[in-house]
Amino acid sequence: MSRRVLAEPRIGRTALFALRAGVLIGLLAIWHLGGRFGFLDPFFFATPIDVIARTWHDLGTGDIYRHLWVTTIETLLAFAIGTAGGIAVGFWLGLAPLASLVLDPYIKAANALPRVVLAPIFALWLGLGIWSKVALGVSLVFFIVFFNVYQGIKEVSPVVLANARMLGASRRQQLTSVYLPSALSWVFSSLHTAVGFALVGAVVGEYLGSAAGLGYRIHQAEGVFDTVGVFSGMLILTIFVIAVDAIVSLIEARFLVWRPDAGGRPDAA
Amino acid sequence: MSGTPLAQPRVFARNTPDALTFDRVTSRFAARRRRDESYVALSDISLAVGDGEFVSVVGPTGCGKSTLLNLAAGLLRPTDGSISSFGVPLDGLNRKAGYLFQADALFPWSTALDNVTAGLRYRGTHPVEARDMAEDWLVRTGLKGFGGYYPHQMSGGMRKRVALAQTLILDPELVLMDEPFSALDVQTRQMMENELLELWATQRRSVLFITHDLEEAISLSDRVLLLSAGPASRVIGEYVIDLPRPRDVSEIRLTPAFLDLHRRIWNDLKAEVLKSYEQARLG
Repeated sequence: MSRRVLAEPRIGRTALFALRAGVLIGLLAIWHLGGRFGFLDPFFFATPIDVIARTWHDLGTGDIYRHLWVTTIETLLAFAIGTAGGIAVGFWLGLAPLASLVLDPYIKAANALPRVVLAPIFALWLGLGIWSKVALGVSLVFFIVFFNVYQGIKEVSPVVLANARMLGASRRQQLTSVYLPSALSWVFSSLHTAVGFALVGAVVGEYLGSAAGLGYRIHQAEGVFDTVGVFSGMLILTIFVIAVDAIVSLIEARFLVWRPDAGGRPDAA
Repeated sequence: MSGTPLAQPRVFARNTPDALTFDRVTSRFAARRRRDESYVALSDISLAVGDGEFVSVVGPTGCGKSTLLNLAAGLLRPTDGSISSFGVPLDGLNRKAGYLFQADALFPWSTALDNVTAGLRYRGTHPVEARDMAEDWLVRTGLKGFGGYYPHQMSGGMRKRVALAQTLILDPELVLMDEPFSALDVQTRQMMENELLELWATQRRSVLFITHDLEEAISLSDRVLLLSAGPASRVIGEYVIDLPRPRDVSEIRLTPAFLDLHRRIWNDLKAEVLKSYEQARLG
């Protein structure tokens, strides 16, 4: 294989932006013309102009913000609870080799289960309010954070730990000044995934049964064959995810300054 | 040929207890698999570091030098024999010792300043006072203005300085150093060695310095101990370095007295290096 395959393409910022915009316009044009000339039935595929007009209208009238708010709250709660639980359990098992050995197969089994099948159970237990969605999100976030914290604890550098001991750190101080920062660095590196999964939990939960939220709106629109509504909901969801991801990037940049590769990750949204 | 028979530390008064004594210490590591034999890293080692003395240990690679330091630090317990520090038998970590590790041991998530204050914070020193002391140490180690840098933003030499400040700010009575400068280029290294000597001259703490670099050992120390090739390393030579102080490590290397010492020790060391090379080659 030749090295040229891996070479960075030489392209200016403006040109890159133009190409990216070109892809979007091209796809929208195909979609639009497809509706116009009948090979994409607007009943099933809507049209880009309708979708953008509907989205604009929804964002203007304000009803959508109530749903966005609900989804945001569910996402944040799922993220917070899942992260806290993952850190706590990860810490415990990371520092208790016997317990981790005993529980290992069960954790793997629990993680192997596709979490979406839990949604009906959660709805049954916790009702159609926000908590069944939070629970679904937690079940996704918990494992990501847990595995990262566990790894972080396991991979604490023995030299750094020995250094802390020689500098006089008590067991407790070792936990707070060596184990915790090491584990947290792993948590932060999984932040994008964790937040993404919290959102997936919220939206899928809403979709499967709720009275509010972005997933609910998409489900409602689908129920009445309102494809424009479905696509518009997807568009708003996408904008929301990109915004959340940008905020996560900011937080990450703030907390991982000490990392050699901080900010080095490709800007995939 | 072996060096002078175990001489007691020279200039140092014998009325204060030694900073470190190894009394017939053996260190054995459990076998990894059941049918393997256990590995003896150090065998029957006796040595002493006087109060305020600078002692270096040299030996071929794999002679258990780091094991020696881990034992002195209390990170490792001897299988046989006993270790005491300032007259007190060692039980658990050596609280009187500071340890400068060979590998990077700084906290990567803390700035240089926070790294230097770490030990003080563990001891409960007031943060303002700790900060002032750390700023002072950063100046002393030539890192003024770099307090806000993270380890990955600094060069290897700068990181070593931070590690030096981190250890010495606690004013340990015994400083253990494990090839601290081995990863540095020659210029930086000689500069650091001179700085270390200067710091040592003002604080006058006891130092046990491990290195595989004979020149470094001679130019820094009061005494050089020679370890045999592993496994089951022993102390096979002891040489008093009576070169005048203060020394400049780059200049002293050209003096006839230095070269004479170097030749004497190298004669003994060479045999061990060859032995260790043979073992490595035969696997």
